[in-house]
Amino acid sequence: MDPALNDLKVTISAALGAHVLAVEDSVGELIIRVKRDALLRVLAYLRDDVHCQFKQLVDLCGVDYPEREERFEIVYNLLSLTHNFRIRVKVTTAGDTVPSVTGVFSTAGWFEREVWDMYGVPFSGHPDLRRILTDYGFEGHPLRKDFPLTGFVELRYDDEKKRVVYEPVKLTQDFRSFDFLSPWEGQPTQLPGDEKADAKGKGA
Amino acid sequence: MAQNQIKNMTLNFGPQHPAAHGVLRMVLEMDGEVIERADPHIGLLHRGTEKLIEYKTYHQATPYFDRLDYVAPQNQEHAFVLAAEKLLGAEVPERAQYIRVLYCEIGRILNHILNVASYAMDVGAMTPMLWSFEDRERLMEFCERVCGARMHMNYFRVGGVARDLPDGLAEDILAWTETFPQMIDDMETLLTENRIFKQRTVDIAKVTAEQAFDWGFTGPNLRASGIAWDLRKSQPYDAYAKIDFDIPVGKNGDCYDRYVVRMMEMRQSLKIMRQAINDMPAGPVRCTDPKVSPPPRAEMKSSMEALIHHFKLMTEGVRVPAGETYTAVEAPKGEFAVFLVSDGTNKPYRCKIRAPGFVHLQAMDMMCHGHMLADAVAVIGSIDVVFGEIDR
Repeated sequence: MDPALNDLKVTISAALGAHVLAVEDSVGELIIRVKRDALLRVLAYLRDDVHCQFKQLVDLCGVDYPEREERFEIVYNLLSLTHNFRIRVKVTTAGDTVPSVTGVFSTAGWFEREVWDMYGVPFSGHPDLRRILTDYGFEGHPLRKDFPLTGFVELRYDDEKKRVVYEPVKLTQDFRSFDFLSPWEGQPTQLPGDEKADAKGKGA
Repeated sequence: MAQNQIKNMTLNFGPQHPAAHGVLRMVLEMDGEVIERADPHIGLLHRGTEKLIEYKTYHQATPYFDRLDYVAPQNQEHAFVLAAEKLLGAEVPERAQYIRVLYCEIGRILNHILNVASYAMDVGAMTPMLWSFEDRERLMEFCERVCGARMHMNYFRVGGVARDLPDGLAEDILAWTETFPQMIDDMETLLTENRIFKQRTVDIAKVTAEQAFDWGFTGPNLRASGIAWDLRKSQPYDAYAKIDFDIPVGKNGDCYDRYVVRMMEMRQSLKIMRQAINDMPAGPVRCTDPKVSPPPRAEMKSSMEALIHHFKLMTEGVRVPAGETYTAVEAPKGEFAVFLVSDGTNKPYRCKIRAPGFVHLQAMDMMCHGHMLADAVAVIGSIDVVFGEIDR
């Protein structure tokens, strides 16, 4: 990791120690995991502290890990123009409300609406939490891993009713997904029975 | 006489409006001719790109990026391939880096021509649109010559580019960069000092630097507010670190400054293109690691190993090590980024697309408040929105 970013890591760990669950890095990018109820304080600190100056929230998004206990991860990507740093802040939730950061960064408004739309994670204190990308009256949260790629409904223009109607999806061919995880590469290095050959080799 | 209470009028702008630059529906709360509140409704062009990418291999995912911001497709591809390369740790040959820079700048000019011209048309000037589309067509011809498609190039690959430049193309592009400044000058004589254009844009939707930070502005819109910030300079990727260019900045952050910044950026792009062509070394255009990019055709005819690699790459695709990255590029509209999460398989686990237009359009309410209805059109034009990337 970049030495300047490493210094930042130390500064942040010292200042926010109690709120931070973990500090990690992935391909040289700094990630901090924080407690959900400390989120606002952490982001306000990162925005205002002289060593941080993360004035821009460039991205906010959700990630779904259905096998985890708290399946949704909300990811905040911040950018500091003064110091030329990027940092990623993460909180997790099992579908409980996450505090809205619209008070800290105005730009979070639509991003949070998108996460609500796509994952169904509610944000407390958001001024206007409506769906944003999907159709008016859409049901479900499409980016969840348990939502099928084809969706549940399709729409067409009904000439008799003179309007667009929704119908259950009908596919002439089922969606095919190929499993490329090769059975040969997933195997343990020693197959059952191979140890006999080794033993014999040694004995001879 | 008792004062009559007048209720504000709600006005629907779009989704079928020529100045909406696509399918924008805006609900405007009007107090007479003055906008009290603007509420953009987006998503009418939502195609579920992020969901689709989760079911495609890395190789199959790049064409989706062309269809986001379809005005400058190559810049989007660039962000995705850079993100995948970062996770793979793949080395990109220098020639490929220069070719990518060259085509990204072509994309920037494609975008700025369209934006400035259609923006001018929104506020009443027809001629720039008619003139500049001729050069846009020439640029798209350069795209076609290198990859076969005018717009949706699908030219960048993880580890390089699809193929080398054909003979004579670099010279033709270089010749074009000498003639295009004349077109920029012509457009500037039509617009820059034009009284009507200035009346429609000067002091409209002023954005201060503080507001620009708060609303997440990037790219020309941020630079128009006086912040010299360009990812090509501050966090250079590919060959940008070796290229010399300037960052044009505005002063007032109004609609007029956003226009001027774009015009200046086109001149800088030409400078970058000339340098990219002149400095371009000879050599391979794809990374040589057989696990990342397929071997050359000729080798496949004689080598079993090469044939297997080709087959594996074409069916299964590249397997990207587990990890995550947020990789951003300076797209013509601002910071375009991909937040890529890989779980070690051949398909992305999550691919979040950070579209600059999404963020800029969000600020419509802040920018339009207190302006006239006709100014809303100028504001939409000046922030440069394309709905392919906003609705994803």
